Amino acid sequence: MQVIDLATMPLRDMNATLQAQGAETNQRAWEIANPRGAHAIAVGLDAPIAVRVAGSTGYYCAGMNQQAEITVTGSAGPGVAENMMSGKVVIEGDASQYAGATGHGGLLVIRGNAASRCGISMKGIDIVVEGNVGHMSAFMAQSGRLVVCGDAGDALGDSLYEARLYVRGSVRSLGADCIEKEMRAEHLAELEELLSAAGSDAVAGDFRRYGSARQLYHFNIDNAY
Amino acid sequence: MCGIVGLFLKDRALEPELGSLLTDMLITMSDRGPDSAGIAIYRDADPDRIKLTVQSADPERDFDGLGERLEKALKTPVDLTVNDTHAVLSLAAASGEAARACLRSDHPGIRIMGAGSSIEIYKEVGLPGDVARRFGLGNMAGTHGIGHTRMATESAVTTEGAHPFNTGPDQCLVHNGSLSNHNTLRRRLRHEGLTIETENDTEVGAAYLTWQMQNGATLGEALERSVTDLDGFYTFVVGTGDGFGVLRDPIACKPAVLAETDRYVAFGSEYRALVNLPGIDTARVWEPEPATVYFWRHDDGPQNQRKAA
Repeated sequence: MQVIDLATMPLRDMNATLQAQGAETNQRAWEIANPRGAHAIAVGLDAPIAVRVAGSTGYYCAGMNQQAEITVTGSAGPGVAENMMSGKVVIEGDASQYAGATGHGGLLVIRGNAASRCGISMKGIDIVVEGNVGHMSAFMAQSGRLVVCGDAGDALGDSLYEARLYVRGSVRSLGADCIEKEMRAEHLAELEELLSAAGSDAVAGDFRRYGSARQLYHFNIDNAY
Repeated sequence: MCGIVGLFLKDRALEPELGSLLTDMLITMSDRGPDSAGIAIYRDADPDRIKLTVQSADPERDFDGLGERLEKALKTPVDLTVNDTHAVLSLAAASGEAARACLRSDHPGIRIMGAGSSIEIYKEVGLPGDVARRFGLGNMAGTHGIGHTRMATESAVTTEGAHPFNTGPDQCLVHNGSLSNHNTLRRRLRHEGLTIETENDTEVGAAYLTWQMQNGATLGEALERSVTDLDGFYTFVVGTGDGFGVLRDPIACKPAVLAETDRYVAFGSEYRALVNLPGIDTARVWEPEPATVYFWRHDDGPQNQRKAA
């Protein structure tokens, strides 16, 4: 295990060190000590390495991640795993607003709660939240899956495209053009797979599925002001 | 963008450290607001006396002999403690209004920044670390305090535009965000008779709370009504003589982190403002919900999580 102590190594050097790891690196396990809420920890990684951040992070942790598996043992600030392409990011605590925003791929797991706008404009990322999500989650979500084991806040899935949303608890309100949909066998199967990948013991049959009514795809004069 | 920090002590043993803990938090938020900084600190409460924090652009001229001149005019003892561009006048509470009137009429260079039995407000333009040093904030003891680092968006970088704003006796407001209906609201509040001195949006927010409370609302009620009447983005932190509150607008895009232990409640715009607090590793740390009033008082424990609107 390689240990980087942010109390002694500057943030940019830490990121440069991790970004320099290639596909063939032998240094596959890293620990970042003393994150102390710093911004942009472990961003832009592109190697099959495991990074454990021992503490809580500030803005934009694990942004643009590819291949790496990043675990934050505390909570994460705004924009965690923003625009993730592949790999896996696990937040053991809570995540602040717009977790997983615009993500194209990979799996983001939040063991606690996620705040507002979780998965906003997601484009293929899978997100599993073991707690609740705040308002406007999955706003304009294009593809990928958002799984919420707790409750969802107001305006879930507003202006949704083709992302699929699964919620076990209550939904305070659905956003424009988001509707509940039938849970068919293929949905139960993909949900079981996601829960298993996230290490959650939730039961797929307890969830409801939400998706786009596809009424906003084309211009409708009744929607104009 | 701005930075907010707040520290409300439950454990009196921490009171001597309030200024140093708050100063450290404030400096950590420098890159959220490098153009001005301010702090409201609550200390040495005495219900029979009033403290007026005053500020002058020319403190040597304006503060020289100010105490004696007020004593003569008001016929009551006045203690004057000068601290850089600010000074605290302490006098019998019964003479408070007369002192304000005298300052307004006879001392045009002096601005009243705060008034109350325990509140003192210090704010200036400059880097938060420099502002803290010139006022010696790190050496101040107290029961609770609120700090603000400003990156101006709505009005000029001036001492008057810096936060905190005094909203009523022992009350203050700091704000991260921008109010979009402040011009309309300023006209309305001036029509109601309130004095609003600057083009600053937060001063309007502060005057709004003052106006609501003048009309019988509690601070909690005033905050709840602000969710309806104030348009824009805001995370507010408010202080009262014995309390500390937080409110975020319903969209809640301005960041906020709360931490609570048996010894204190702390607020930071970001978690990194809180990392040097004692026991933070085992504190309950969470993000306050949108449109929800959180409030703590020394008297009767937490009264948090009242849903607004």
